Amino acid sequence: MSVNQLELKNISKHFENRGNRLHVLDRINLTVAKGEFVSIIGPSGCGKSTLFHIVGGLVAPDSGEVWIDGKPVTGQKGHISYMPQQPALFPWRTIEDNVIMAREVAGWPKKEARAEARRWLAKVGLKGYEKAYPQVLSGGMQQRVAFIRALLGPQELICLDEPFSALDALTRMEMQRWLLNIWESNQRSVLFITHQIEEALLLSDKVYLLSNKPAKILRQIEVPFARPRREALMSDPLFVEWKRDIYEQLRQELPSGM
Amino acid sequence: MRNKYWAKTVWPPVTAVVFLLLAWQASSTLLDIPAWILPSPLAIMREAAANWDSFSEHTVATVYLTVAGFIIGSAVGFFFSFLLHRLERIKGALYPLLIMSQNIPVIALAPLLMLWFGFGLLPKMIVITLVCFFPIAVSTLNGLSRTDPAMMDYMKMIGASRRQIFYKLELPYALPYTFAGLKISATYSVMGAIMAEWLGTEKGIGMYMLLQKSSFRTDRVFVAIAMIVALSLLMFAAITVLEKLLIRWNKNTR
Repeated sequence: MSVNQLELKNISKHFENRGNRLHVLDRINLTVAKGEFVSIIGPSGCGKSTLFHIVGGLVAPDSGEVWIDGKPVTGQKGHISYMPQQPALFPWRTIEDNVIMAREVAGWPKKEARAEARRWLAKVGLKGYEKAYPQVLSGGMQQRVAFIRALLGPQELICLDEPFSALDALTRMEMQRWLLNIWESNQRSVLFITHQIEEALLLSDKVYLLSNKPAKILRQIEVPFARPRREALMSDPLFVEWKRDIYEQLRQELPSGM
Repeated sequence: MRNKYWAKTVWPPVTAVVFLLLAWQASSTLLDIPAWILPSPLAIMREAAANWDSFSEHTVATVYLTVAGFIIGSAVGFFFSFLLHRLERIKGALYPLLIMSQNIPVIALAPLLMLWFGFGLLPKMIVITLVCFFPIAVSTLNGLSRTDPAMMDYMKMIGASRRQIFYKLELPYALPYTFAGLKISATYSVMGAIMAEWLGTEKGIGMYMLLQKSSFRTDRVFVAIAMIVALSLLMFAAITVLEKLLIRWNKNTR
């Protein structure tokens, strides 16, 4: 039996705020197999980011364990690669030096990392921008750079935190297609947070639905569509049916009156 | 582009200064003001040229003192900002002291420094440091505490150590703020050097000024003032050039 890339076992977490006890996560169990693309969908503000901070080791859970690559790593940092919501590129670094950040932090020689970075930048249509500063790029291109930076991280598991939420609808669709393409030709283990149902269904092998606070896993969905997938899938009747079904279930999680 | 820059940022101040000098020259000629009260700009320039040999020696001494003091003062400023940034608790305790140090009039402190440390280089360096370190410490500390939260989150998530976060994120992030402080300190440093020279020295513009004042050579005092202004501008320009060299990434957004 193969080892899971990521396994969350019974993760619970609450925060104390001036005597108010805020229960955020309630016994979360989830797994990401090697080379699997797993999404988490939930209402906004349901504690998805807290879950990521627990996976990243920044926040300790009240109870439960984080296992990565078959080892318990609860509260330990440096086991994941990460792409945040905003690109968070470093304005004083050139594009290629931004891309090598994760490897640099992991202690790789810069020269080697740069050569790899250049190969990847050329592959995703950013050739000629290696020595440019991030400010000259559009929002969509900055997100591409941020994704390549995550992809070049030495860790096997990539965590993406609503990476396209700040983009306009058109750019977002283009980025989804782009990500699908890159991921299918380079299958890494991915944990993807989103609040867009279509995005999750299009990209993922498996989708977890989270409830409103405290977040519990409502449902685990194995996405049945074969790969490689194309955007046209989104108009497939079965896809639309899945989307409606998930939407109905999530709608019940919204506070009443919405 | 270039012409526009000159038209917008260079010509207006130059024109203003030229007009001021013309008005000064005209009034001192027309109103017949005695030279020991207010010499005319032309008389000051003539004096500067005539007395250049001995004056340049004083200038060189002041430049040395200024640059050395500025470097030490900046280093102390950096050191304080890093220390206070690293140790949150000490920051709370020392920050008020830092501000208080700026309320002590250096003029009042100078005789005490002389008393404690004599006439050597040390008390002079202390005076310049007192004048210089504060803007650098405060601006750097400000920059360090403003680190972009999204970048910080990214660094922590990928498992960067505190040291890596400091060198790869916080320090470069604070650099533009530091330069704002360096520019202020650079212009102050010349004033600091002049005050330091009043503690007692053989050569230096500050000393020169004292001597000329007591012999009522107002024109020579003005020569000294003009040189102080010129040196301050020069220090400012040097830091601006250094900033342009070190912080290239802002170029595109400006």
